Amino acid sequence: MVDKSLELFDCGHRACGGCGPAMLARLMLKGAGEDTIVVASTGCMEVFSTPYPETAWKVPWIHSLFENAAAVASGIEASLKHNNRTEKVICICGDGATFDIGMLCISGAFERGHDITYICYDNEAYMNTGIQRSGATPYDASTTTSPAGRLSTGNNRPKKDLPQILNAHGASYVATASVAYPMDVMKKVEKAVNTPGACYLQVHCPCSTGWGFDGSKTIEIGKQAIESGLWVNYEMENGELVRAKKVRRVPVDDYLKAQKRFRHLFKPQPNTEEIAKIQAIADANAEKYGIDIKLD
Amino acid sequence: MMQIMEGSHAIAEAARLCRPEVVSAYPITPQTHIVERLADFVADGDLNAEYICVESELSALSVCLGSSAAGSRVYSATSSQGLMLMAEVVFNVAGMRQPIVMSIANRALGAPLSIWNDQQDSISLRDAGWFQVYGEDVQEMTDLHFIAYRAAEQHNVLLPGFVCFDGFILSHTYEPVDIPSQEEIDAYLPPYVPYNKLDAKAPLSMGMYATPDYYHEFRYELDEAMTRSADVISAAGKEFAEMFGRDYSGHIENYRMDDADVAFIAMGSLCGTVKDAIDEMRADGIKAGLVKIRTYRPFPAKEIAQALAGVPKVAVLEKNISLGSAMKGAVGPEVKDAVTGTGIDVYSYVVGLGGRDIRKKDIRAIAALAEKGVGNTFYGLRTEVL
Repeated sequence: MVDKSLELFDCGHRACGGCGPAMLARLMLKGAGEDTIVVASTGCMEVFSTPYPETAWKVPWIHSLFENAAAVASGIEASLKHNNRTEKVICICGDGATFDIGMLCISGAFERGHDITYICYDNEAYMNTGIQRSGATPYDASTTTSPAGRLSTGNNRPKKDLPQILNAHGASYVATASVAYPMDVMKKVEKAVNTPGACYLQVHCPCSTGWGFDGSKTIEIGKQAIESGLWVNYEMENGELVRAKKVRRVPVDDYLKAQKRFRHLFKPQPNTEEIAKIQAIADANAEKYGIDIKLD
Repeated sequence: MMQIMEGSHAIAEAARLCRPEVVSAYPITPQTHIVERLADFVADGDLNAEYICVESELSALSVCLGSSAAGSRVYSATSSQGLMLMAEVVFNVAGMRQPIVMSIANRALGAPLSIWNDQQDSISLRDAGWFQVYGEDVQEMTDLHFIAYRAAEQHNVLLPGFVCFDGFILSHTYEPVDIPSQEEIDAYLPPYVPYNKLDAKAPLSMGMYATPDYYHEFRYELDEAMTRSADVISAAGKEFAEMFGRDYSGHIENYRMDDADVAFIAMGSLCGTVKDAIDEMRADGIKAGLVKIRTYRPFPAKEIAQALAGVPKVAVLEKNISLGSAMKGAVGPEVKDAVTGTGIDVYSYVVGLGGRDIRKKDIRAIAALAEKGVGNTFYGLRTEVL
């Protein structure tokens, strides 16, 4: 067990108030411990935590490019292995770096089975460049490149199911988590870094700036995502779904209404047709992962 | 030990002797024989390295970057399109000051697709912050790998380097080559001592972003290191000469330049053809000479100026095209700059793109063009297909 009282991601970084990814950085290192090398992709977290000559990282940290963190981590792992070193290697990358531009390097690293943990801080759009749509952006979210308009209800595609894609690579451990449940994040990180082979953790990280909510509501929004069924916390081991967080599901409306990115679905009056489609996504999630608490 | 060996296999031997801890590469013609042979070495236990078969050149160099940052000596090799795919990482490696050595089997760039030789690939990345050396024959391109590692890893340099050689023309040619013993290379190239590395016992952050307050100075430091590398590469060549008897201490090599009326400038395997052509031209009373550029980055402007002093006409043979530039080739303008104010006429000739043979008679014809003051042009166009 690692010492979870250690603060290895320091204060004084430049994230927005209530930043979900900043919470994850702290929790991630509590779960992984001091004996960790972190590989970052280009993105919000890299920028808010390492403006030269300052750094918030108390563990070894490296950033190369936007898309190649999984390959850089592969190389680090190879070097450690060659020299019988024991550090854990973690990638921490945004959803753009993970779902989109980094797919090539990630697929290669997982197919090769490097002993790395790849963590995606999923805030569901390119936030560092100003809230552009990514493959992780949920259906109907309005972003600067998938804006709602007279002919548009926002992003017209559902979120890519990346955990299943990496599961199909034969990853020994694939899990999702949310910063709204910090103990769960730490537990899953600790499990991932101690599981041999390439592991993937996708962590829902509400972004007050990109999603449009007050920075004091990050945890609340994260919980609403879970309770609506639009985000599911689950674990897959050796290809099998072994655990999913069960909930007493509530309709998606409140989660959507709380965020400016979905505001267009309620103005001037509720777009019941589109809201029903989003509800159907939540219903499908509930069915797929069996998260509904059913009373006999 | 002197052996008859394919160029690629000689390079694989050189890479093996340098004891990289991690080898990562992606197959591309005409580099493949190098990485196949290295895979054999690892499979047979003749090289104790992690051999990482990646899914692209982007990952090949990224893996090398990670291993290097963790403190390992690493090796990769590529060509052409592969180098272009890794281009973003190429710049990044230099900026992060990782002394990675990579072999470049020079090949043309598409479109149209061509697997054959010119030097467009490495020359296109001349500004990436890697030193670049070019071998003329199998022995030289093999030896340059030892020198490249030795120079790159010096803490007053810490720059990556390309060892370039003409694809097929050298990579696939069998020549007699003296492969040093492991003991000899161990004596010449000590284990890599990183300046710093990723280490949980001494945490540091690498690859941070720089605001306008700092970026400018980072690039200055990189250029200073490149400038310093000239003497370090030269010294590494001198030490190599003392141990092995083959002297690569000069960034250029002069061939029959003493009383030359026309000087050729070339890089790589073409130099052999040019030397033969020069011998024939001299037999016919044409006083021609060659300045062979071995180190292209850092550019040996001072040495070139000295070599060209008093030569009226200079013909730069360019296996590249700087599209839209006045002189056509990329090397010519730098040669011209080196002799600014001397009255020496410098002309570029774009030759042999995409693997077209350059013959002795072409060299002689180019000398005649230079004498007439005709240059900065393509040479040898098949006008009938235009």
